[in-house]
Amino acid sequence: MQRFVIRRLGALAVTLLFSSFVIYGAMYLAPGTPESFLVQGRTVSPEVLASIRAQYGLDDPFLLRYWHWLTGVLTGNLGESLTTRQDVASLLASRIPTTAWLTAYAALLIVVFGVVAGVVAGLRGGLLDTAVLLGSSVGFAIPTFFAALLLMSVFSVTLGWFPVFGAGSGFSDRILHLTLPAVALALPAAAVVARITRTAVVEERDTEHVSVALARGVPWRTVARRHIVRNAMLPVTTIVGVNIAALVAGATVVEHAFTLDGVGALLINAVQQKDFAVVQAVALVLVAVFGVVNLVIDVLYAVIDPRVQLGGESA
Amino acid sequence: MKTAVSAPAARRSGGPAGRRRPGGGLSGRLGPLGVTAVAVAALLVLAALLAPVLAPYDPDIGSIVQRYLPPGPEHLLGTDQSGRDLLSRLLYGARTSLLGAAAVVVIAGVGGTLLALVATWFGGRVDAFVGRVLDLLFAFPNLLLAIIVVAVFGTGMAQATVALAMAYVPYTARVLRSVALRERRLPYVQAAELQGLSGVTVSGRHLLPNIAPQILTGAAINFGYAMIDLAALSFLGLGVQAPTADWGLMVSQGQDSLLQGYPQQSLLAGTCIVVAVAAFSVIGERLGGRAAGGRA
Repeated sequence: MQRFVIRRLGALAVTLLFSSFVIYGAMYLAPGTPESFLVQGRTVSPEVLASIRAQYGLDDPFLLRYWHWLTGVLTGNLGESLTTRQDVASLLASRIPTTAWLTAYAALLIVVFGVVAGVVAGLRGGLLDTAVLLGSSVGFAIPTFFAALLLMSVFSVTLGWFPVFGAGSGFSDRILHLTLPAVALALPAAAVVARITRTAVVEERDTEHVSVALARGVPWRTVARRHIVRNAMLPVTTIVGVNIAALVAGATVVEHAFTLDGVGALLINAVQQKDFAVVQAVALVLVAVFGVVNLVIDVLYAVIDPRVQLGGESA
Repeated sequence: MKTAVSAPAARRSGGPAGRRRPGGGLSGRLGPLGVTAVAVAALLVLAALLAPVLAPYDPDIGSIVQRYLPPGPEHLLGTDQSGRDLLSRLLYGARTSLLGAAAVVVIAGVGGTLLALVATWFGGRVDAFVGRVLDLLFAFPNLLLAIIVVAVFGTGMAQATVALAMAYVPYTARVLRSVALRERRLPYVQAAELQGLSGVTVSGRHLLPNIAPQILTGAAINFGYAMIDLAALSFLGLGVQAPTADWGLMVSQGQDSLLQGYPQQSLLAGTCIVVAVAAFSVIGERLGGRAAGGRA
């Protein structure tokens, strides 16, 4: 187990190294020069321009600049924003709590509602099953940003139950502020999870070991818990994991809709203002979080199913 | 999308379902829900194609004194915050939204197919290299990859479309590679290779037609995702730019009005997206189940 985790961590480090190169290279190739952005259309003397170039190291060759950036990142120095001159690391740090709360809340909703709805639909069948199937089809087709606006329209504007904007402070206030965003964010993923869970449960219900257990007189509750749900959880773990990992980027849309001051909103702002220092840093951090979440899921998978080959190539 | 519907269906025209219901054609294979989905999709495509004929007003011109009109005989669905006719904007929006998603699917399909064929044909180091590059791209969440590409090339419909297509290529390539690899190992392919046919010929004439059903079902399934993601990019202000009519952008532009109590624009545009995505994903699901020999 330890070797498995260490090997995966090593692979993640290599992936991140390459990703950092791709991200930095992409920004380097972008049309437009940073100094023309920094002076923002004002006419400045060539001397000033040259001093700006020197200050930001813009005359250095690409690999040297990449090396400076990378060593900076490794020591926690993510550079400074081109627009506000703020330290990117502290800028990012101030945004992380909102996004972390939002994604954690949404992840919880996905697990609770997606899995529970799927299990209930799969075990009970009948009308409830049809309702879950239908609901999941619709839920999947609703884009998060539209769900966000619908929820806002109904629960904030019409009913006035929840605040429209902002992330709130303190635990209960946060929960109140982040409920609608989290529901909007979780909805499509919960729909997919519910559907996959239902299929897995139905398939497991029809297996021979379940029939045998029932025929031997094992009570239905025990069979459902130990034979059906437990075995059905394997594909469910995968799909839940994939969907939770995707929240890292998906939160961006919801943050934009509810004007939450999260990491995604920071990214979008930076992209629109061509503040590449911030874009690079946020992108790298998001890729790192995405990688770590995926790693955790793989480890969990191995814990749940001991048959997963820890030594071999994990497919 | 017409080809996506007919190709795998035609492939099975000799199947048992076809014999039981001669001339029943598509309906027998798609089921009632599938047929409805095809009809809805066809209607949407038709609306997009005929937008200049059907639209009662110019989608981009409105009069400020006519803002927020409720639905009525003059404006069937009312007007938006600039007094523009919503029905006309929805019709023209169908063009942008459907065309954008189609472009994403086509570019991603072509790119993914080429990568898959190259990787399977050359195998060995080339395959390993393509695999590594795909792994690297998989390290990025889909939407993040698209946002980075937009950051580099700037905002706009074309940029967003290409950005999204690039984000979809790894998935398409990985699925198609495994299918093509299975095909590549079959004796007839090796026979063709032994006869001295070139890699391009074998890949184009033998491999490609045999993985075509998977390419098409992949495209049909991706279409719904592409539409949502492209609309999301426009919603974020990175895709289609005002004043172009686009469903995603309309939802976004309607947000302020919605908070002021005029939800029509966001509701209508959002509903269009939901209906379109649902229709195309049902079609994709049905085709996918069939092509994979499943029971969907």
